Amino acid sequence: MTDFLLELRCEEIPARMQAGARADLEKLFRGELEAAGVTPGEVTVWSTPRRLALIARDLPEATEAVSEEAKGPPEGAPDDAIEGFCRKAGVSRDQLELRDVKGRMTWFAVIEKPGRAVKDLLAEAIPAIVRAFPWPKSMRWGADSISTESLRWVRPLSGIVAILGDDLVPCEVGGIASGYVTKGHRFHHSGEVTIGSAADYAEKLRACHVIVDHEERQDMIRKGAAKVAAEAGLSLVADEGLVIENAGLTEWPVPLLGRFDEAFLDVPPEVIQLTARVNQKYFVLTDSPPLGEVAAQSADGGGSGRAAPSDPAAGASGPPPPEGENLRLANAFVCTANISAEDGGAAIVDGNRKVLAARLSDARFFWEQDRKVPLRKQAQKLDRITFHEKLGTVGEKVDRVAKLADWLVFDAKEPNGDHKLAREAAELCKADLVTEMVGEFPELQGLMGGYYARAEGISEEVADAIRDHYKPAGADDEVPIAPTTVAVSLADKLDNLLSFFKIDILPTGSKDPFALRRAALGYLRLVQANGLKLSLDTVVHAWDGRPNVALAEKVSAFLLDRLAVQLRDEGVRHDYIAASRDWQGRMDLRVDRVEARARALTDFLGSDDGANLLAGYKRAANILKKEDWRGIEGEISRTGEEDPLAMVDDPDLRAVVEAKMAERHGKELSYTPEPAEKALIEALDSAEPKAGSAIEAEDFAAAMTALASLRAPIDRFFDEVTVNAEDKTKRSARLDLLARFRAAVHNVADFSRIEG
Amino acid sequence: MSRSDALSFQDMILALHAFWSEQGCLILQPYDMRMGAGTFHTATTLRALGPEPWNAAFVQPSRRPTDGRYGENPNRLQHYYQYQVILKPSPPDLQELYLRSLEVIGIDPLKHDIRFVEDDWESPTLGAWGLGWEVWCDGMEVTQFTYFQQMGGFDCRPVAGELTYGLERLAMYIQGVDNVYDLDFDGRGYTYGQVFLENEKQMSKWNFEVANTDALFDLFNKAEAECRNALAHDVPIAAYEQAVEASHVFNLLQARGVISVQERASYMGRVRDLARGSCEAYMAKEKDRWAAEYPEWAA
Repeated sequence: MTDFLLELRCEEIPARMQAGARADLEKLFRGELEAAGVTPGEVTVWSTPRRLALIARDLPEATEAVSEEAKGPPEGAPDDAIEGFCRKAGVSRDQLELRDVKGRMTWFAVIEKPGRAVKDLLAEAIPAIVRAFPWPKSMRWGADSISTESLRWVRPLSGIVAILGDDLVPCEVGGIASGYVTKGHRFHHSGEVTIGSAADYAEKLRACHVIVDHEERQDMIRKGAAKVAAEAGLSLVADEGLVIENAGLTEWPVPLLGRFDEAFLDVPPEVIQLTARVNQKYFVLTDSPPLGEVAAQSADGGGSGRAAPSDPAAGASGPPPPEGENLRLANAFVCTANISAEDGGAAIVDGNRKVLAARLSDARFFWEQDRKVPLRKQAQKLDRITFHEKLGTVGEKVDRVAKLADWLVFDAKEPNGDHKLAREAAELCKADLVTEMVGEFPELQGLMGGYYARAEGISEEVADAIRDHYKPAGADDEVPIAPTTVAVSLADKLDNLLSFFKIDILPTGSKDPFALRRAALGYLRLVQANGLKLSLDTVVHAWDGRPNVALAEKVSAFLLDRLAVQLRDEGVRHDYIAASRDWQGRMDLRVDRVEARARALTDFLGSDDGANLLAGYKRAANILKKEDWRGIEGEISRTGEEDPLAMVDDPDLRAVVEAKMAERHGKELSYTPEPAEKALIEALDSAEPKAGSAIEAEDFAAAMTALASLRAPIDRFFDEVTVNAEDKTKRSARLDLLARFRAAVHNVADFSRIEG
Repeated sequence: MSRSDALSFQDMILALHAFWSEQGCLILQPYDMRMGAGTFHTATTLRALGPEPWNAAFVQPSRRPTDGRYGENPNRLQHYYQYQVILKPSPPDLQELYLRSLEVIGIDPLKHDIRFVEDDWESPTLGAWGLGWEVWCDGMEVTQFTYFQQMGGFDCRPVAGELTYGLERLAMYIQGVDNVYDLDFDGRGYTYGQVFLENEKQMSKWNFEVANTDALFDLFNKAEAECRNALAHDVPIAAYEQAVEASHVFNLLQARGVISVQERASYMGRVRDLARGSCEAYMAKEKDRWAAEYPEWAA
């Protein structure tokens, strides 16, 4: 058993691609070994900006020998056929043997495949891995690139180290031959480094100022940055994305603390943090005492913190780590250098300080310039910005959002609040898009509007609404509950959905350029968190100035699809939503009601009563289907001229159906019902009005409880009563009874849509 | 706080010329037209096409009308200098050559933190893109380092390496000055401000306030027409010059704020068509000769 080392050295690999590259290298390597029947022991993959390294433990020296058999032509076949078979199998004629195959003598070749040296196998695998490497973006370079077929890599590939045990694995790809030699740190050790084996690789590089293990570098940055912060009496604002990114930019990370002019602290802290993070990859710091106490403070003090969870894999371009408006920054930063400078980093810190100062003075300039123009005046410029070529300008969008926000509060009273504030906030909510600051940092949209609104003395409630109206932006983002914010946020999302659906721009597959799925999810979460009861037909009427049921239904269907995805994790099945999506014969345009019903259904069908009732329902439905018994609804529908099913769904016929059913049920049976039959009739007599009024009151749990009382009677009915009685009167009365049972269930939820 | 041993602005340029000349580069002069970047110089754009080796270095004055600040911003200028190096095919030691050039102008990589940070380059107007980095010196971007992959919509065969140094930034860094106008220009008392401050004031005013927009629109249309005229007569270099002219006039119109967001894309598309058409014609004119001289290119 031997260990294997592979290093692929190249010019600087983008930091954001390194994690993916490590995973791909391991996957391709394992794939090559598996194809050859070799199972490695532990496989470790490392990356630095200039190299990908893989160490595989416990590889065998050679693969196992195998013996394969090939069946050839039968005895007596023409010579040509037999010789052809020998050539194909790679054996001579005298190596063939005859065997009996079902009474027929047939030639067989036994091919002995000797084990292969793993070294040879690796020598073939390495070029294959390099050629197949799935970089997100790759390039050609150098003289070979006169052909577009030349090797592609993320940046020019410059060296390969491949050592099995102590032996070189000789291979070549794109003109680069494998060897024992690699390079150390670009500046600290610019000469060559000779590696002996997998065992001394990491330590030899360490001696040449390269920490090849990315996790070790991450740890050095995490701890080193906290240490320089503590030495200055400050604490670091932890940012795992930055830790990973800086580890991907350095082979020898050295965190250094610098200061900037205190005067820049006038600029909002989010702006400082963003420019430091995104443009310069710096950590920011707070004055507060280190660690434990800070965590405790932010947990208590938050309230309306701008929660956006950090995604370590996203790097500095991802969302910033969680911080609140009460974030108080110190006038300091930590940068991560890639060298141990002779002067302890003084010149490096000074250079970085200047760059940050230039960035911050730009930001302060924007902050000052923007505040000279009131938001209402900024908002006028939105008339010059196209929202979408078919949907007019952003100014027009803002008008629609303002009208709708006002309507939501004033007319719909969902949410309950001050409609004038909602209108004001909506009119100003996009004004920051034309500010210099948001032009520079688009991710600050909303936030800056809030700051500018407060700075010009606009009320807190309106400023908060401007700041937070994009929320919730993701599945983990907090959901607004302040009425003015809720109104603007809802109106904005509804306008996006209605506008694009109206011109038939819908998300398809993975394509959702206008983030309509996110808008839908945001709408759902706002409705859920605030207990809103909004019917889309009235929303569309208010938005469009006229009824448009088709549009309301289209958007509702989309919302319900998103609801199914959203609730999946909570165990609410999509078919339960399907069973709940109709209301009084039409698509329910209130997602809150569909959700409430689907949740009640989930609880009910999860109970014994529910499961048994569903079984009873299915049995009843199957019998009715088999007998083509349409019951009373069907009977009435057959009197119509249109499609019978459409007639059943016609809400105008509902009263007629109910009247007819009452009349029929009110009639005495012409025979004495069996006890179980009588019990079911009585149970229905009792359950139907209860379920009906519960549904009317939208108390779905109560409606389900009413249904649950039918469970025992329906079970007993099936046990004791013969539906298919010889007496035609009895038979049709019993089928009617089952139809009545089915209708009673349907009145609560459409069980026919429930799968399984 | 100026460093006494630091190179002056002009000595820095001379040091770069001497260095790249030693590496076998032609030392060219600026292209005598207004352009937004050194990449527009025919020595870069057109010479990046085709199989012939090409190594050149030059300073290119770069005009960015919208970056003008009337001489009041310490970093932003509507006219500044780029130092361009183009090496085709890209040599295997391009990074090392580049780092040596930094040492030549006084940047010690064991004292300063030099980093290659991902930054892919794309010029929609030239139909060009490449992969590379922005080079950081103590957190400041001092150079754009690119391996051209396509130019004018054509694959670069072979790939050229392009280095674009921001000369003012580098000089500010080396000399330790915070304001571009304080740069020591010649080592004998002239500052950058004495040479260029008045130009910045007047040109900013002209770019933003004075330039006759009707005349500019007219110029744009005439450049476009002339480009097509040149293409019709199979003189692609002349056509390309008109594409460069149109591109700059478009930038001026932008600075005057008379091109709406909606129109912007359409104007850029028109410039791109001219630039691509010129590259295409340039290729077409040379391709038989290239194919004869470089059989592996023809393949």
